[in-house]
Amino acid sequence: MLIYALKRLSIALLVAITVSLLTFSMIYLSGDPAIALAGESATQQDIENIRKVYGYDRPIIVQYAAWLGNALQGNLGHSHYLKTEVSNVIFDRLPVTMTLGACALSFALALSIPLGVLAAMRPNTLVDRFALTLAVIGQALPSFWFALIMIFLFGVSLRWLPITGSASWLNFVMPSIALGYYVTPAVMRLTRAGMIEVLSSDYIRTARAKGLRPGVVLFKHALRNAIIPVVSLAAVQFGFMLGGSIVIETIFAINGLGQLAWESILRADLPMMQAIVLVLSCFYIVLTFVADLLNAFLDPRIRVS
Amino acid sequence: MDDAVNKTEQDQVVIADRTIDEPSPAERAKKRMLGHKGFMFGAIVLGVILAIAFLAPLISPHDPLDQQLARKLIPPIWHDHPKVTWAHPLGTDQFGRDYLSRLIHGSQISLLIGFAAMLISGVIGTAIGVAAGYFGGRVDMVVNFIITTRLSLPVVLVALAVVSLIGNSLWIVIAVLGLLIWDRFAVVMRSTTQQVRNLDYVAAAQAIGCSTPRIIFTEIMPNIVNNLIVVATVEMAHAIILEAALSFLGLGVQPPAPSWGLMIAEGKNHMLFDPWLVGIPGTALFILILSINLLGDGIRDITAPENRN
Repeated sequence: MLIYALKRLSIALLVAITVSLLTFSMIYLSGDPAIALAGESATQQDIENIRKVYGYDRPIIVQYAAWLGNALQGNLGHSHYLKTEVSNVIFDRLPVTMTLGACALSFALALSIPLGVLAAMRPNTLVDRFALTLAVIGQALPSFWFALIMIFLFGVSLRWLPITGSASWLNFVMPSIALGYYVTPAVMRLTRAGMIEVLSSDYIRTARAKGLRPGVVLFKHALRNAIIPVVSLAAVQFGFMLGGSIVIETIFAINGLGQLAWESILRADLPMMQAIVLVLSCFYIVLTFVADLLNAFLDPRIRVS
Repeated sequence: MDDAVNKTEQDQVVIADRTIDEPSPAERAKKRMLGHKGFMFGAIVLGVILAIAFLAPLISPHDPLDQQLARKLIPPIWHDHPKVTWAHPLGTDQFGRDYLSRLIHGSQISLLIGFAAMLISGVIGTAIGVAAGYFGGRVDMVVNFIITTRLSLPVVLVALAVVSLIGNSLWIVIAVLGLLIWDRFAVVMRSTTQQVRNLDYVAAAQAIGCSTPRIIFTEIMPNIVNNLIVVATVEMAHAIILEAALSFLGLGVQPPAPSWGLMIAEGKNHMLFDPWLVGIPGTALFILILSINLLGDGIRDITAPENRN
């Protein structure tokens, strides 16, 4: 287990370094960052000054090392637009996005796991068909359009829910559904497939033959094993959701990381964009690392091979 | 006389043989295709959308970019409204552009971006996936590492950031999406190649001294092409959704082009009184993605019936 964990940790670190390198190189995507910063009416002297002040005249490897060193100490740079430290703004906004992600994931799991179990208990019946249809429709609904439809139905026509802001928990209902439903088909299919496989196995037949109550067999014996792959899928999807929240947060005007990212992109606020990409990527790396360890802990076959 | 009898006897024999014969694999595949509702629905709907896209200049009643403010915001024909006219069956938008013509031309953008981005990501993903699966060892480790790195980057955010930094045009959107969404191709091609490479006919090809490219292209590829097609449909749908999301956020296809995502974004501000401005392009997007997904699911069921669950 320890060897497995160390191996996974070293890969995760290597991935994090590569991601930081890619994120850093974003400043050179639009050409010379000094010219971009100086603006259109700048003279050659202005550009030279900016290059010196911001350190763009140093070799790229030195710039990267300095940037990475600062990032490791929690200093993610200075936002030219907001005139403040990037990390302060990010850690202000991060909890909102985390809350949204957690709500969306809870919604997705609460819908998809029971549906998957039901579909597996009665394969090729009406319940199964219903779950499958829901999955097919869910996969084809663009989330931003679904969000707009919900706003129109529940926000504007019925006036049940607030449409913008992040003041109360009611504000999170529609965004969570809009962000979470996209994950449900995958989780449901995995739960269904896992349950069908487990339910036909020998130890379930033994448990039933012993005369255990169906509920105990289903939840204590079957679901516990079928759920293992779902755990890592959920962790991965949580990471994707944080990245995908940019669309949903923009639509519902939720004051989280996603909206901050969008605003920074519109303002061409590069340090902020870089920091958000880096933070979200690292969060994903940590999530998958934890999920892998959890999986290896739950299923000994993984850590041996 | 004798000859004639012999002939009919021969014919009968042949006919009898045919009835005993199993249907050929092609016939069986055709039967499975026709019997698969999802596949047929997907194939027919996608075929219709493709035809609409190719015939767009011929069948659209108006110029999709022609603005006439005098005729703005005419509702579609199913609305009970004095302005409703058959000249604009789906109404007009806030600039007085014919909505049906924009919808028809928008199908070209969705299909072009979806197909081109899928092609780029397919080439990248298949190349590294097959290499990892076939060679294994260090190559596999490196490819796995590249896939993990790619997965840790948030797609929408990176696509938006890159497009905003290097400028947006149709081809840049295609290139950025193509370079970002190859991960599923790589993952699936890697695992299928791993399964195929240990089969006897690959060992036989290696034993008689076939070159590596030859083995990959004539022994491995034909046997993983079914999975490749399934992933291709998934990724095409993925690219279409991403393009729509990018255009919706204002960083994909630029106005006045009639991208469906852009139409939804433009209609958003009028959603309160004219919800169909958002409803129509969204429904079109939904139907397109649904048909591609159903086609992909259908191909998976038909080519590998044992994978159905």
